[in-house]
This record gives sequence, C-alpha cells and structure tokens, in this order.
Amino acid sequence: MSVAQERLSAPVAKAWYAPEQLTERISGLALHVAIIGITVAWLVPTVGLFVSSFRSLGDIQASGWWSALSPPFRFTLDNYSSVIQTNGLGTALLNSFMITIPATIIPTTIAAFAAYAFSWMRFPFRNWIFLALVGLLVVPLQVTFIPLLSMFRALGDMTGGFIGNGTFPAVWLAHTGYGLPFSIYLLSNFFRALPSDLFESAEIDGAGTLTVFFRIILPLSVPALASLVIFQFLWVWNDLLVALIYLGGTEQVAPLTVKITSLVNSLGQGYQLLTAAAFLSMIVPLIVFFSLQRFFVRGILAGSVKG
Amino acid sequence: MASVTFDHVVKRYTADVTVVKDFNVEIKDKEFMVLVGPSGCGKSTALRMLAGLESITEGAIRIGDRVVNNLPAKDRDIAMVFQSYALYPHMSVYDNMAFPLQMKKTPKAEIDRRVKDASRILGLDNFLQRKPRALSGGQRQRVALGRAIVRNPQVFLLDEPLSNLDAKLRGQTRIELQKLHRDLETTFIYVTHDQVEAMTMGDRIALMYDGVLQQVGTPGDIYDKPANLFVAGFIGSPTMNFVPVTTSNGTAKASGFSVKLPKPVGETTGVLGFRPETLTDRITDAESALEMKVDVVERLGSDQFLYGTVGGDQVTARVDPRLAVAVGDSVRLGLDTRTLHLFDAKSEKALL
Repeated sequence: MSVAQERLSAPVAKAWYAPEQLTERISGLALHVAIIGITVAWLVPTVGLFVSSFRSLGDIQASGWWSALSPPFRFTLDNYSSVIQTNGLGTALLNSFMITIPATIIPTTIAAFAAYAFSWMRFPFRNWIFLALVGLLVVPLQVTFIPLLSMFRALGDMTGGFIGNGTFPAVWLAHTGYGLPFSIYLLSNFFRALPSDLFESAEIDGAGTLTVFFRIILPLSVPALASLVIFQFLWVWNDLLVALIYLGGTEQVAPLTVKITSLVNSLGQGYQLLTAAAFLSMIVPLIVFFSLQRFFVRGILAGSVKG
Repeated sequence: MASVTFDHVVKRYTADVTVVKDFNVEIKDKEFMVLVGPSGCGKSTALRMLAGLESITEGAIRIGDRVVNNLPAKDRDIAMVFQSYALYPHMSVYDNMAFPLQMKKTPKAEIDRRVKDASRILGLDNFLQRKPRALSGGQRQRVALGRAIVRNPQVFLLDEPLSNLDAKLRGQTRIELQKLHRDLETTFIYVTHDQVEAMTMGDRIALMYDGVLQQVGTPGDIYDKPANLFVAGFIGSPTMNFVPVTTSNGTAKASGFSVKLPKPVGETTGVLGFRPETLTDRITDAESALEMKVDVVERLGSDQFLYGTVGGDQVTARVDPRLAVAVGDSVRLGLDTRTLHLFDAKSEKALL
C-alpha cells in the first residue's frame, strides 16, 4: 500500500530547493552533524589511547598522538609485548577470564531457572519472595564484605581452602550473589511477557516443566539472555572492588583491573605501557558485546499468537 | 472417539465469583457440539476445565467413562486449538506439528508419516519448513489445526479458532472445519460467541449466559423454540422483536396492536416475541395486520429490513426487497401468528 503510494507520488515530488523541502533537508543535516559530532567527541580519547599504545615512550613525549597518523609511520608492538611478558599482564588477562566466565554463566543459569519459577510456577509466598529479592537490589555491596569474608574463611576451613578467601570459587560465588537479584528481576519480567497460551498449548501437548523451559522458554528468551550476559560480563570484567576484597592482589590470582591499578602506581612514568594495558582490558568486552549483538532479535515472538 | 459428560460442574474462583454454575451437558461420541454465549458467560472456562487447564471446583467431567477431574491435561487424550493459535514461533511448521508426538516419544518414522498426512489434508505441504511468522493468518490457523490432528485425539477442543481471520476466510474455514469433522469422525467441542458459527456448524448447540446453561438443542430447536428470552434474543440476526403485552382470553395486547395467540394462555403480563421474518408485507389475515412507522430502511439486495415503531414499541420487519419504502412512511404489515413466542415477564421463560 505505502509502496504504491510512494511510487505514485514520486514523479510529482517537490524539487529539493522548494522551501519546505529545504527546511526538512537542513534539519536533517543538522541532526546528522550533531550525531556525528557527538560520536567523534566520544571516540577521540579511545582512539588516542589506541594510537598511543603503538608508539614508543619517546614519541609520546615528543608529539601528540594525532601526529602519528601522518607519515612517517613509526608504530611498534613493543608496548604490548613488554606489558604482557615483563609486567605479567598475560596472567592477569587469563585470571580475568577465569573469574568472569564462570561468574557470568553461573548467575545467568540460576537466574533463568529462578525467573521461570517466579513467573510461571505457583508456590506459596511467590510474590513476597520475589519482592524481597528485588528489594535486595538496594543493599550496598560494602555492607556484605565483612559477613562474606568471615563466611569464606569458615568455608575455606571446611573445604580445605577450595572456596576460601583468595580463591576463584569464592569470587564466583560473590559475583553470583551480587548479580542474582538484578538478573532474576530482568528475566522474570521478560518471561512473564511470554504469552500464556504457549505454555498451555505445550502442557496439552504433553510437555513437562523442564521441557517447556528448555524447548520453549530458553529459545524465545535469547535476546533477554544475551543482554543479561553482556551486563553481567561487563560488570564482572570491570570490577575492581570485589576482586580486590575476595582475591587480593597476589600475582597468581589478580585480574586485569587489579593489575592495571597497580601498574598505575608502579609505572607512573611508563605511560606508554599503561595505554597498551588499558586497551587490552577494553577490547574483550567490546568483542563480547559485538558478538552477542546479533542475538538482539526484534520480534522473536512474531507469528506465534497474532492473527 | 468418546463422549464427554459435564456432571454438575461448578467453577468458583472465590466465594462470590462463580463463573460456571451447575453445568450439565452430555456430548455424544462424534458429535459437533458448539458452546455459545456472550463473552464472560463461562463457555471458555468450561472448555478449559475439560482441557485440564483449570481445576474443577465441584462436579465431575467424564471423557468416555473415565472421570478426568484429576488427570493432567496431557493424559486426557484431547487436543486443543487456541484462539491465538499459540504456535511455537521458533519452530518450523513441521516441528510445530511434530512437537506433541515427540513428547509422546513416538518413533521418528511414525511422526513423519502423521505430520505429512496432516499437512496434506490441510494443504500445508509447501510450508513445512517455514516459521510461523512467514505464514498468513489462515495458514497459521491451519498449522494449529494440524498440531491437533496429528495427535489423533479422542476429543477436539476449539476455542474461538476463527475469530482472528477476516470475514471471507472465516466463511471458508467454517466449511473446511465441518468437512474435517466428518473426515476425522471425532468429537468436536467448539466455543464461540458468534451465533452464526454456532447455527451453521453445530450438530447441537449449548447456549450459556452468566455461567448458567440456558438451553441445549439442535440449531433448529434453539431457533424455533427458544427456552427463554435470552436465548431468543441471542440467536438470530436481526434479533427477535420483543413487545411487552398483556394477555387475556387467548389474545395478546400490545401498545399498538393485538394478536390472537396460537395456544391459550392465562391472564398475565409478558413479552411477545416474533422474528423479523414473520413480520412481512404479505397480509394473509386482516386481523393480525399492523401499522408500522418506518425509521430506518436497510436494503441488503436479497432482503429489505424496516426498523420502526408500532404503537410505542420498536420492531423490525423483513419485507420484499422490491417494496418501495421511505423513511417516515407508514406501512401496513402482516404478522405470521404461527410462530409467535411469549415469555413470562418475571421469569423470562417461554410460555408458548
């Protein structure tokens, strides 16, 4: 319908210099300029960081990063190799993955099950428990440190140091606890919006609770799960406080955030190395974001329950 | 293949919210039964209790000889088509139809055979690999039917399956459903609020209002012998004329006319009912002729409906389409007194 109309109106369209067309064009242009301007302003520091990370200390001190963009080009990978090898950033990067991946998968999995129960199963006090859970969102992280630290000490004694302070499982558990209220809240809201007819239909078709969860809810919740994974991954990856408290700064367990903070102190002068380290810690969340972005499918429910 | 019995079934949500009240009906094996009524009358709830999606507060529902009150939905050997179709949007048409069979752990070859059979019956052969979103409304509706057919259930439940289709497709699908019912030789229970669907499709109709079953019967029975004022007004379009009357000596007297009743009725006040098609421009008997002042003329080509007043009462007449009538005219019409209905003013029950 609208296509046909456009075709019909195309030949009689006003010339671009007609007054109303002109104002439309100018306002469109202004919008684009504004958007591009803001984007550039936002990107400049990052680009500067990126470019600087490939320059030697002498160059950085001699001229601004933008001068590196014109010949003669004198880029070097020395910063990266020295920061990874001599400053132990390689281990830190690995530690970051060791912390972040389980600390993303565990809470997301638990939250998905919990959210299913909260949104589609009937049990006593369901709404009150849910309310209490959402209420936990306002509890500041800091008040949990002392109780959790003493709990982990006891747990460490019980498990022979497996979940104790300074171990990865402890920090996984901590992140799981901190992440769950929001995760459950987000997923419940999404699950609740799924049409009930689908579940009833599946029930008549003979699907049990778990089948419904794995074959209907999970495939339909991919966009929500993807955004939750991104949130949780970013939060854990960029976290300094929780890692510092429960892991400490020991070389074997410290993640990137902790390591880079200590580099700032020790390498106050070696600022070319910091740029490389910072870029390393930035690139991972970017990859995660862009690779999960394609799961944000609009209209995943299309064709299900509408005529 | 089985009969279905509702035996004093009650559905109560809270102490004072009862949506189905003492519902008794027996649906015969292979029968096409239509549950009809205005929205909120409890017809869908009755169906959902039978499907196992709602608990039964009181009474018993039997499929065949088996009481199913406490049987989970999947073990009742029923299939249901939802008003919204409720297709699984992430699965192909084939997988949608195979899903109930996969749940029953049917062998793969058997699933394939049944899905192919159903898709042939429904004309979905070329769409098996598509996702529901790539189908038209009518095709989605057929997939929903297919998902029910593959299970080869004892009872088919259909909850307003046509209400999301456009008018033309609805008429077509109505006929296809009747054919399907004949071919499958299975009990169909069909819920609708549309009296046309009820009249055209049902072997029998159960008419509900406000949680109470009003009347069960063949479409002809319900049309010709409505048990009460509500049934009379719900079935038929345009609706039956209702005129308050007082009766004495076998005659009903309204504000603008009086007619002789076919059967003697005691002295009482009531509501006289007659369908528009009994009030025509053919005057067979001068005694039952009446004068109508026309307010609205509706020409449909095959029919012409006149809306107007007789005395102080609103009535509708169906006259010859060639009769020239203008708004404001007074026309003389004849009332066929053989199919008059009389309802008690208080109980609203049929008296004739």
